[in-house]
Amino acid sequence: MSKFSKKRGKSLPPISTASLPDIIFILLFFFMVVTVMRDSELKLFVSTPFATELTKLENKSLVNFMYIGKPLEKYKSIYGTKPRLQLGDKISELRDIPIFLEKHRIKVPENQRTSISSSLRVDGGATMGIVQDVKTELRKSNQLKINYSAKRRAQE
Amino acid sequence: MGKTKSRERFANEINAGSMADIAFLLLFFFLVTTQILEDKGILVKLPPWSNEEPDITRLKTRNVFSVLVNASNQLLVRGEQMEVEDLRIKAKEFISNPQKREDLAETPANAIISLKNDRGTNYKTYLGVYNELQAAYSELRNETAQKRFGKEYDRLSNDQKTKIRNEIPMVISEAEPTAFGEEGN
Repeated sequence: MSKFSKKRGKSLPPISTASLPDIIFILLFFFMVVTVMRDSELKLFVSTPFATELTKLENKSLVNFMYIGKPLEKYKSIYGTKPRLQLGDKISELRDIPIFLEKHRIKVPENQRTSISSSLRVDGGATMGIVQDVKTELRKSNQLKINYSAKRRAQE
Repeated sequence: MGKTKSRERFANEINAGSMADIAFLLLFFFLVTTQILEDKGILVKLPPWSNEEPDITRLKTRNVFSVLVNASNQLLVRGEQMEVEDLRIKAKEFISNPQKREDLAETPANAIISLKNDRGTNYKTYLGVYNELQAAYSELRNETAQKRFGKEYDRLSNDQKTKIRNEIPMVISEAEPTAFGEEGN
């Protein structure tokens, strides 16, 4: 005991930084939880337009994502310059949509299958032709809940 | 010799100072590689698929608010050219018809908005138009909710919401697009 008090009397002990890593780890875990890793590499240029009437997508596991836009510069030689559809991580054709939807559907518990929705992330510069075709295909597959992804625009 | 003694005393303690740096590196790695997903959008319920075209000719003309968007992103609303900015006000006037005019909808429940676009229309324009139409409906519902219950539509109970929804149902019918415009370039 005498040793301890003696040391204290000499100078202030340095501030312990041992808890600093813990604090950083808490921050790290926070970011890991709130962010979602992009599960697929986007091969298209997609910049969604702005809108005001937005609804939040509630349950991520009940949502499948479809991207429509023009291929990125490095893929232009393979996929051309016209707007294309991407399902998962590959550029797809319209006829792949039913299989894609079914693949997602079987992963969802049976009692929640009616609330599956499709999120369409469409580039603002894309033309309606392909969007319309995708919509028709979705209607044929009886996937009627869709969400046009958009960014929030400040209301004047 | 006293120096070595003090060194020996600290030898069994791992220096945790660099641990923070390692954690910071991990943190920055996650900050850079992840994106906060923009998970908002305009919710739309598509009509079930049927091979027959819906017949709107039997509807009264006064109840139909037709919006046409052509391949050069111009709007034709009930035969008149219009800007997207004016669409919301016009649509609201059409649906609610406050002055009971002969050429606007009989009641909000009878009003039908018919939206038709071209295959060459820009998605941005299309979504802008759709957004305005939906905004017109939600503003009307909000106003009715304020008048009736003194609360915003979103804060009403489910029963009250259904009541207003029945009074002002949102009917936006989309016709098959025309194909005059150039697609994708």
